[in-house]
Amino acid sequence: MNEDTSVGLVEPFIESFDEPLHLHNGKTIDSYQLLVETYGTLNAERSNAVLICHALSGNHHAAGWHSSSDRKPGWWDRLIGPGKAIDTRRFYVVSLNNLGGCDGSTGPGSINPATGERWGSAFPSVQVIDWVNSQHRLMERLGISQWAAVIGGSLGGMQALQWAVSYPDCLRHCAVLAAAPNLTAQNIAFNEIARHAILTDPDWHNGRYADHQVIPSRGLALARMVGHLTYMSADGMADKFGRDLREGSLQNADETEVVFQVESYLRYQGSQFSTRFDANTYVLMTRALDWFDITDGFNGDLTAAMASTRARFLVLSFSSDWRFSPARSRELVNALLNAGRPVSYANIETDGGHDGFLLGDPMYTALFAAWMEQVVP
Amino acid sequence: MMRYDLTHIQPWIAAGSRVLDLGCGDGEFLQQLTRDKGVQGTGLENDLSNIVAAAGRGINVIQQDMDKGLNNFADNSFDTVVLAHALQVLHNPHRVLADMVRIGRDAIVTFPNFGHWRCRTYLGFRGRMPVSKMLPYSWYDTPNIHFCTIKDFESLCASLAIQITDHAIVAGEGETTLARLAPNVFATTAIYRIRRCES
Repeated sequence: MNEDTSVGLVEPFIESFDEPLHLHNGKTIDSYQLLVETYGTLNAERSNAVLICHALSGNHHAAGWHSSSDRKPGWWDRLIGPGKAIDTRRFYVVSLNNLGGCDGSTGPGSINPATGERWGSAFPSVQVIDWVNSQHRLMERLGISQWAAVIGGSLGGMQALQWAVSYPDCLRHCAVLAAAPNLTAQNIAFNEIARHAILTDPDWHNGRYADHQVIPSRGLALARMVGHLTYMSADGMADKFGRDLREGSLQNADETEVVFQVESYLRYQGSQFSTRFDANTYVLMTRALDWFDITDGFNGDLTAAMASTRARFLVLSFSSDWRFSPARSRELVNALLNAGRPVSYANIETDGGHDGFLLGDPMYTALFAAWMEQVVP
Repeated sequence: MMRYDLTHIQPWIAAGSRVLDLGCGDGEFLQQLTRDKGVQGTGLENDLSNIVAAAGRGINVIQQDMDKGLNNFADNSFDTVVLAHALQVLHNPHRVLADMVRIGRDAIVTFPNFGHWRCRTYLGFRGRMPVSKMLPYSWYDTPNIHFCTIKDFESLCASLAIQITDHAIVAGEGETTLARLAPNVFATTAIYRIRRCES
């Protein structure tokens, strides 16, 4: 832990909400809690707050360390901290685990107060707009009337976009990284494969696996392996793994088990994920991705949707991202331009794939930092 | 962009208007226009380090290669489109000019005049492609692939049905009067304000 550039030890806290939240699908969640972390200090004018929206497998722990024995800091520690792109000396950064998540906010693993049982797969299908509505309540709870910026990558970028459309006066800046106005058929297909892996696992039990004291770990692991593969680029994988073997030898393939580095890596990622992530949450999050369309309510007209925004935008794509391709970001940019809204855009040259937004490409961080410098607290 | 271009361009840009600067570099010009005229500026730039610099100045900047077309910009979506000292680096200058007058009500183009007497004498007497302080590159390794003269530019505008509404020139020291009389020989830089002909 570097004291100069890290937010250091952080502690999440719970915010409970008792007023019913009306969901996009017509259902209602009567009460819920959100697990939240903050970094930096809210200024006297309460004008320097920045909201971080997390992606599919992310959570509230975006920066810093929970204990000195942690192996890794928060998932966006490269970007958040003193002197970093999202500078905690200037900004009060708010990060939360989304509703329906599995890291401390109310979700499928929580008890449904109406039944006294775990929600499981009966947890309502929460969508991006519902997350944004719940985050808006969190904003009010924290005594903030307008975010200096709302920032997110991938599914988080979709939330940032939804903020700009749903609450145009509640944010001054909006950073949408490696995202899209909606998912392509190919992208939905990958999510369906991931869900199929989970839903066909014998341990799935219609989403009530907890009642059977099991988890659909094979399905979850496979879902993660497919997902992870699509977040990387072919060049990035060639660089990282090549055809290197982890075990055995191709000359001796009959006697020994042959394991490529890339196989071992994917297996490890899959099995790690299956122990830390909830299957119902995974299904819920991928459906939120699939169902998201920022042109909802605008007759499919993206320019009209963007014309309703007030924030200044930063849109970034990553050259080797084939899950959320640069072309999708450019659609967004063109809609903003033709709506006469202020926007900056760059396509970062990287072999990091979709994960590029999580990695520390120097041009990416330099541009993000330069843009954030113009965000007046 | 050369500073003396800016002085000429500034009066042609209305306060508070929407300006698209093609090849905005580090965003200095747009920053100045934003400060002095309160314009809503957008810069187009392909080089990422320039984009970082422009973003740092608070400029809205889009990464895009204008040689690949500007079809993503709607007709009349800007008041003024500027192309300053970049005409000669384009693969398809004629297409970019046509797009400029489509996207903007008004367009402003500046370029180095290759008809200047120094270029002529350099080529005429030395028999070699001109290399100067202003155009410092050798012919084989230069971003400048499409030089033109003032006459060339005006004839291209005519063939593209582009109307020249205003023009100005920059000349070397002591040559301002001469440049007014014979711009194609004495102007070092040409500055044009153009728009599409109303049909």
